[in-house]
Amino acid sequence: MTGFGTMQPVLSLEEVSKSFGAVRALEDASLELYRGEAHALVGENGAGKSTLVKVLAGVYRPDEGRLLVEGREEVFATPASARDAGIAVIYQEPTLFPDLSVAENVFMGRQPLRSGRRVDKAAMRRRVEDVLGPLGVKLDPDRVARGLSIADQQIVEIAKALTLDARVIVMDEPTAALSAYEVERLFGVVETLRNRGAAVLFISHRLEEVFGICQRVTVMRDGRRVLSQPLAGLSSDDLVRAMVGRELEGRSSHQGAEGGKTVLSVERLTREGVFTDISFEVRSGEIVALAGLVGAGRSEVVRAVFGIDRYDAGRVLVAGKALRKGSPSIAMAAGVGLVPEDRRLQGLVMELSIASNVGLASLGRLARFRLLRRAVEQRFAGEWSARLRLKYGRLSDPVSTLSGGNQQKVVLAKWLSREPRLLIVDEPTRGIDIATKAEVHRLLVELARSGVAVLVVSSETPEVLRVADRVLVMREGRLVAELGHEEATEHAIVAAATGQREVAA
Amino acid sequence: MQPEAALPAVGATPRPPATLTQSPREPRPTSLSGKFRWALHWESALVVALVLTVALGAATSAEFLTVSNIFSNVCLLYGELAIMALPTTLIILSGEIDLSIASTLALSSSLVGYLSSNHWPMPLVIIVALAAGIACGLLNGLLVTRLNLPSLAVTIGTMTLYEGISEIILGPAIITSFPAAYTAIGVKAFPATGGLLSYSAVLFIVLAVVFGVVLHATPFGRSVVAIGWNKQAAQFAGIRVKRVKTALYMLSGLMGALAGILYTFRLSTAEADNGTTLILPVIAVVLLGGVSIFGGKGTILGVVLAVLVYCSLQSALLLTNFNSNALEIVTGALLLLSVLIPNAGEIAARARRFAGGHGTSAPSAKGGRPPASAQ
Amino acid sequence: MSPAPSATGPVQGRGPQPVEGHGAGNPGQPSSTLTWSSRRLLDAILRVREVGIVAVLVVFVAVATSVQPRFIDPQNIKFVFSNAIIYALLALGETVVVLSRNVDLSVGSVLGLSAYLSSDLFSQVHHIPIVAVFLAGLAIGLACGAVNGAVVAVARVPSLVVTLATLYIYRAIDVLIVGGGMVVASTLPGAFLSIPTSSLGPIPYLAIAVAGTVAVGAYVLASFRPGRELYAIGSNPDAARLAGIPMGKRIFWSFVVSGGIAGLAGVLWAATYGTIDSTAGLNYELTVVAAVVVGGVNIFGGSGTVVGAALGALLLATINQALYVLGISSFWDPAIDGALIVLAISLDHWITLRLTRALRKGAVQHAT
Repeated sequence: MTGFGTMQPVLSLEEVSKSFGAVRALEDASLELYRGEAHALVGENGAGKSTLVKVLAGVYRPDEGRLLVEGREEVFATPASARDAGIAVIYQEPTLFPDLSVAENVFMGRQPLRSGRRVDKAAMRRRVEDVLGPLGVKLDPDRVARGLSIADQQIVEIAKALTLDARVIVMDEPTAALSAYEVERLFGVVETLRNRGAAVLFISHRLEEVFGICQRVTVMRDGRRVLSQPLAGLSSDDLVRAMVGRELEGRSSHQGAEGGKTVLSVERLTREGVFTDISFEVRSGEIVALAGLVGAGRSEVVRAVFGIDRYDAGRVLVAGKALRKGSPSIAMAAGVGLVPEDRRLQGLVMELSIASNVGLASLGRLARFRLLRRAVEQRFAGEWSARLRLKYGRLSDPVSTLSGGNQQKVVLAKWLSREPRLLIVDEPTRGIDIATKAEVHRLLVELARSGVAVLVVSSETPEVLRVADRVLVMREGRLVAELGHEEATEHAIVAAATGQREVAA
Repeated sequence: MQPEAALPAVGATPRPPATLTQSPREPRPTSLSGKFRWALHWESALVVALVLTVALGAATSAEFLTVSNIFSNVCLLYGELAIMALPTTLIILSGEIDLSIASTLALSSSLVGYLSSNHWPMPLVIIVALAAGIACGLLNGLLVTRLNLPSLAVTIGTMTLYEGISEIILGPAIITSFPAAYTAIGVKAFPATGGLLSYSAVLFIVLAVVFGVVLHATPFGRSVVAIGWNKQAAQFAGIRVKRVKTALYMLSGLMGALAGILYTFRLSTAEADNGTTLILPVIAVVLLGGVSIFGGKGTILGVVLAVLVYCSLQSALLLTNFNSNALEIVTGALLLLSVLIPNAGEIAARARRFAGGHGTSAPSAKGGRPPASAQ
Repeated sequence: MSPAPSATGPVQGRGPQPVEGHGAGNPGQPSSTLTWSSRRLLDAILRVREVGIVAVLVVFVAVATSVQPRFIDPQNIKFVFSNAIIYALLALGETVVVLSRNVDLSVGSVLGLSAYLSSDLFSQVHHIPIVAVFLAGLAIGLACGAVNGAVVAVARVPSLVVTLATLYIYRAIDVLIVGGGMVVASTLPGAFLSIPTSSLGPIPYLAIAVAGTVAVGAYVLASFRPGRELYAIGSNPDAARLAGIPMGKRIFWSFVVSGGIAGLAGVLWAATYGTIDSTAGLNYELTVVAAVVVGGVNIFGGSGTVVGAALGALLLATINQALYVLGISSFWDPAIDGALIVLAISLDHWITLRLTRALRKGAVQHAT
């Protein structure tokens, strides 16, 4: 795996820089990709990976530096020109045309034509079948894209790349939303792509995946490349060190709390086709983690508990009283708070100010004589921002001006300010930097110590281990394991989540 | 609930000095502060436009600034339109639209005509008309929120439906006899305004203040804005999105019915299609006021200023020999300018590229989001 | 990075979004293809949009005929067609625009402008060939459409706002040109006036021509890249941009087509009614949008056909005529139209919902 040095890279970036206003997202970043390799691109959120991908995709134009395809310099004015140069990008959540067929999705903008410049539908269908067959994927080319699973949507994108004979296939966190089975299928596809001579740029937060399928790795930090070498001989500790520039803290010494009175009890909650027969309790003063793979139905369960989604059977009790289903405001009145999974879409109104966002769940309490006063709102938000050590310019700034970690703090402030007796946190640290991550973890522990019941949904096993007193594991819509503080090991959680008795280390 | 000491550690943290906390990696992008400056500029631009229009009107006709002109050619003519612009502002801010409000006006007018010609007591007639308006709004609200239908399509349907019901009620009849005490409300000046303001104008001023306060300083108004920017986040914050939207439609129906009553008394005429042509001018005035068609952004002040610009410009043109049937060119031109001027520089740049035949698919970041969050 | 959200473009704004099938419910389910039998069922459901309209049409005709047999008199049928023709044409153009998640509210004003200016040519230019008049109407429509399209595509301003503005502007230009005058039938050549009336049995030649035009439009939208790209833009603007579709160009031309068709419709309007003042085509726009929606075209783009839209126009005309023949006061027309529109949207929504559910369920079943 060391013979790449003598070959010509199929694609290379040379000292590319890209700034947005005063922010330098990429600084002299370089990258070489060779035929037949799967190349991992890792780095913390904010390290510049996504910007680099967008440069490759022709979405952004670099301010400086060169981009070479097979040794020739190219300038991508549009995503189409990157595509024409043989670079295909598969995003985490592909953007398909829900109303159009799979075949049309694959060929949009470049449909095969027959006489009279008419679209050749038969050829389109045939070529999609030709491409999907060897991948072992059954997907009807005539089916509309509406309703496809994320994994199948990615397959459509991969089919697009294959019909283009793409030389370079960029996969931007493709496994984040996939089940174990689908991840395996994807890895098979990556192998097939490599064997066909394509270069695959694989971006992932899951280092075990990186070691599983990639031959070389590039690590980025603060917009720069800090390391680029074959994976053989590297350990995941090496990569993490390169990513963060320092050692990672291990498992915290946080001890399993006893737990007080039962705050939340979920009884045989079922939503057809999503989750089945879910029963568990959360007591005051303890942190319970809901672990499992993405797609196991965890977010759906907590959304149903909070009243965002409906459910078909079962009960949710808070402090012994049953909650009416489908009403977040009633759940809130009972003392429940939910920090949702998607900060930008669900957690915050990005265009509103920090102060407005902090107060958004407490509007009734902030009003005097039914009127909201700016000063009251600002004082309220200021107090909670200080408690959470929020870094901001002015409280009247739109919340979109904050970094991801600080945005998450605003969401937390919104809910903590209601002084909930049960706080549900869905993916508490997704996409935020390591320092803030530690702060959030500490905050959750403090919250539990003060008597709040905390339910955490997390896909990151280290996070689960760090904060949880008890771990519930879900797989395919069912609760499959409950692990106490002592029993909860990475091994046990992964085994339960993937449904294996034994997991090879 | 939880005691104050719920967060001992963080509670003890001193508040950091606000000005120094901005991390160097995430400076405030200029585009966003620009956005807010723009919002302020928009209202200032409307003030300038208003001053210019008034100056123009005064320069072309000595009659323009007279009390009689302001009363009969501004207040009377545009009172109903102005009133309907208020609930429409809230609905557009919430990310929806109500095209049926002018048909509700017609329905209310027909009801007033029909019932009063059947010798119902006028106070009861008014109550029935207002209730009918609320019912119209409720139907819209239920269709939009409970069936999850697009409001543009729903209210195109109910626009026709309500006007249709109005036609069924009144048929070809034209009712012209109303108690003088009530028609006086339509044509006489409000006491103590020196003959300047009509009842409808006074009502509009009062309502504008109420709507302004409701929108900008109440939990309900904040909910409307939050829903307009991001419906999902509003829902996750416990805002009852469906209830708020249904309430907005009912409010819209109520205001439409109120406008219908005023319209009927002003003209002493109830006709099946009264005021139905007002719908597009109402929308136009709201958009001219700087309210984003996508929801979230906009102020009552902007809409009030837009109403004033609109009426004074039309009134000024009326006093010249301008063809009165072509007056709506004002609406069109203002509307077009209102979306073109704020982006003139960008448009020019794009026009060059467009003429050059490429770059039409050039990517652009959405809605001025800061690049720091592009990750 | 524009400061004003109004400049975020005609199709990429954060307006109300159509119901998306994917991503909402259960993203992680492993899935694969549908069985053939369930696919055929889905195809049938998909086609229901057009089939449904035809079914409603048949029901109305049947009921109207059973109550009043004179409903299927050739004269009456001819009447229905001639009423439907102009709306069907406008609906064709409107559909092209709506498919890409835009809307053209100016069609009524364009029709009015074209109707007056083109028919006025008969008195302005002696012995002008009728074809030239049609070309003039077409040119006027194309010009108006080009203005709409250019503003929408270049300024990236929501088309609802732009065409609302040009609705007024074109109408005002019309009013200013016409003044107090009008074109009357006596100044128009007989051959011109006989265009809408000459027919093959009960079916006007014009109806056949319009049906042909709709068929051509349907074929173009189904089988040529620009047509498919309009669907793609309406279905998902972001994905369309990533696919390298020249969005500005496509949207521009969709408005030009809509304008051109409205221009032609204006000439036909003049030939049909004979008397043209500045109110020709007033308030047509929302009826046209209604026909499009009744015809099963998604108001937020991406799905629907021109055939459906034309059938929607025909259905509205048939219902109005049926009410007339049945002796129901014409004052009931708008109420019934309105109720029908609301019903049609609800039905369309229900079908989409069921379809999405069926697709997802089918996928899950197959996987397990």
